[in-house]
Amino acid sequence: MNTETQASFMKWRYFRQGLFFGMVRLSALMITLALLGIIVFLFFNGIRAVTWDFLTLPPTDSMTKGGIMPAIVGTFYLTVGAIAVALPLGVVSAIYLTEYAKQGLFIRIIRIGVNCLAGVPSVVFGLFGLGFFVVFLKFGSSILSGALTLGILILPTIIGAAEEALKTVPQTFREASLALGVSKWRTISRIVLPSALPGILTGAILGVGRAAGETAPIMFTAAAFFTAALPKSIFDEVMALPYHIYVLATAGTHIEQTRPLQYGTALVLIALVLGIDLIAIVMRSMVRRKKRW
Amino acid sequence: MIITTRNVDFFYGAYRALSNVTLDFEKNRVTALIGPSGCGKSTLLRLLNRMNDLIDGTRVEGEILFEGRNIYAPDVDPVEIRQRIGMVFQKPNPFPKSIFNNITFAPKLSGVRDNGDLEALVEESLKQAVLWNEVKDILDKSAMNLSGGQQQRLCIARALAMKPDVLLMDEPTSALDPISTAKIEELIDSLKKRYTIIIVTHNMQQAARVSEYTGFFYLGKLIEFNATEKIFTNPDVKQTDDYITGRFG
Repeated sequence: MNTETQASFMKWRYFRQGLFFGMVRLSALMITLALLGIIVFLFFNGIRAVTWDFLTLPPTDSMTKGGIMPAIVGTFYLTVGAIAVALPLGVVSAIYLTEYAKQGLFIRIIRIGVNCLAGVPSVVFGLFGLGFFVVFLKFGSSILSGALTLGILILPTIIGAAEEALKTVPQTFREASLALGVSKWRTISRIVLPSALPGILTGAILGVGRAAGETAPIMFTAAAFFTAALPKSIFDEVMALPYHIYVLATAGTHIEQTRPLQYGTALVLIALVLGIDLIAIVMRSMVRRKKRW
Repeated sequence: MIITTRNVDFFYGAYRALSNVTLDFEKNRVTALIGPSGCGKSTLLRLLNRMNDLIDGTRVEGEILFEGRNIYAPDVDPVEIRQRIGMVFQKPNPFPKSIFNNITFAPKLSGVRDNGDLEALVEESLKQAVLWNEVKDILDKSAMNLSGGQQQRLCIARALAMKPDVLLMDEPTSALDPISTAKIEELIDSLKKRYTIIIVTHNMQQAARVSEYTGFFYLGKLIEFNATEKIFTNPDVKQTDDYITGRFG
C-alpha cells in the first residue's frame, strides 16, 4: 500500500468510527429527549391546573372542579405500603439466593420464577390481588390489598437489584469477617448488607416509580372512583393518582372539560415519583460517601 | 505442638490439591510454607482455620488437630476455631469502616461491650502491630485512606484483637512495597513471643529471615519439612535444593 491509499484508508476508518460514535450518542440523546419531552409537555399542559387548592381539596362537582388531595394521599399510602411489603421480603430473598443457597437446580428454578414474575402483565397482578387478597383473604378493596398487590408486582425488581448489589460486595469483606470468627449471619448483616445498601436503594427507587404509577393492579384491589374522605385505616378504599387520571380521561362524562385536571394530576404524579426518587438518591449518595472501597 | 495435620488430603471437586500431608506446627514458633504457585501451600493454610469451608464442592480427608482436637470433627463450630486461629490475607482487606471500628468489630460481637475495654484493646492491638504511633490521632478516620502497608498492619491488629493463639498469614507482603515488607517482617519477629505464626510466602529470603521451621510443597505434596536453617543450607531432599537455589519453580 502506498502512503496515499493508506491515508485515504485511515480517513475512511476515522469516518466510520465517527459515524458509529455519532449514532451511539444520538441514541443516548433520544432517550433523554423523550423523557425531557414528556416532562416539558406535562409541565406546560398541567401547570395551570396545579394550584394550592388543587393539591389540598377533594374533587367537587362530579370531579370537574376541586382538587386531588385524596388521590395524592392514597397514592402515597399505596406506594409506601408496597415498599414496606416488598423491600424486606425482596432483600431477604436476595440474601437467601446469593449468600446461603447452594447454587443448583432448585435455585435456578427460583430465579426463573422471579424473572417470569417480572414479565407478568400488571393487570394479571390486579386480578390475582382481587381473587386472593380482596375476596379470599376478605381484605376487601383496601389500602392493604392494593399495597400487597403492588408489593408483589415490584418484588422481582427489588430482588434483582438486591442480588446485584450483594454480588458486588467484594468477597474479601466476607472472608475478612469470617476469618475473625464472626458468624455467617452477622457477617451478612453487619458487613455485607451495609455495603450493598446503595444498590438495594436503587432497586427501591425503581420499585417506587413502578408502584406509584401502576393503574391496573390497584383498579380492582384498592382504588375508589371517588371518595372525599381520607382513609381511616388500612382496610379503607382510597383514591389514587394513576386511577384518577384513567377515570377522568376515559370514564367520566366530562372528558374534554377535565383535560387540564388530567394533565395537572399527571404532573403531580410525576413530581411525586421524582420527589421520592430524589430522596432515595440523596440517601444513596450519603451512604456511598461513607462506604468507599 | 499446637497444630498437627495427619494424612490430610484435600479435593476441589475431583482435583486433588493436597495429598497425604502430615506436619507438626510448634507453639510460639514461626513456620513458613514455601513452594511454587499451585503447590497447595495456601490451600493447607486455609484448611487450618476452615476457610476452605466457604468453597462449594471441596472435601477434606485425614485429621487436623488443634490442641489435640480434630477441627473437622462434626461437633466443632468453625466460628469458634476461627476465633482462636486468626488470619491475614494476601491483599490488605480492611472493612470500609473507621480504624477504630475495624478493630472493635469482631470483639464487640463476641461480647466486649465496655467502651474503656474497647479503647484499651484498640491501643494494645495497634501497638502490637506497630501502627499505633501512625494512626493514634486518626482512629475515627476511614481505614480505606491508609497506605497499603498500613492497611496490612491494621489487618494484623484486627486479627490480634481477637486474642488468637495462632496467626495464619497468606503471603502477607506480596502486595506491599519493600519498606512496608520490612516492617511486617519485623512485626512477625516481635509477635512470635506470644503467638504461633504460620506464614505462606513466595519469597524465599523472607522465609529464611522470619521463620524457624520451613515446609516445602510441590504438586500438593509436602516434600520436606525441617528447621529453616537446615532447609536453606543443607536440605535432605534434592528437589528442595533445586527449588531454593532457583533451578526450577
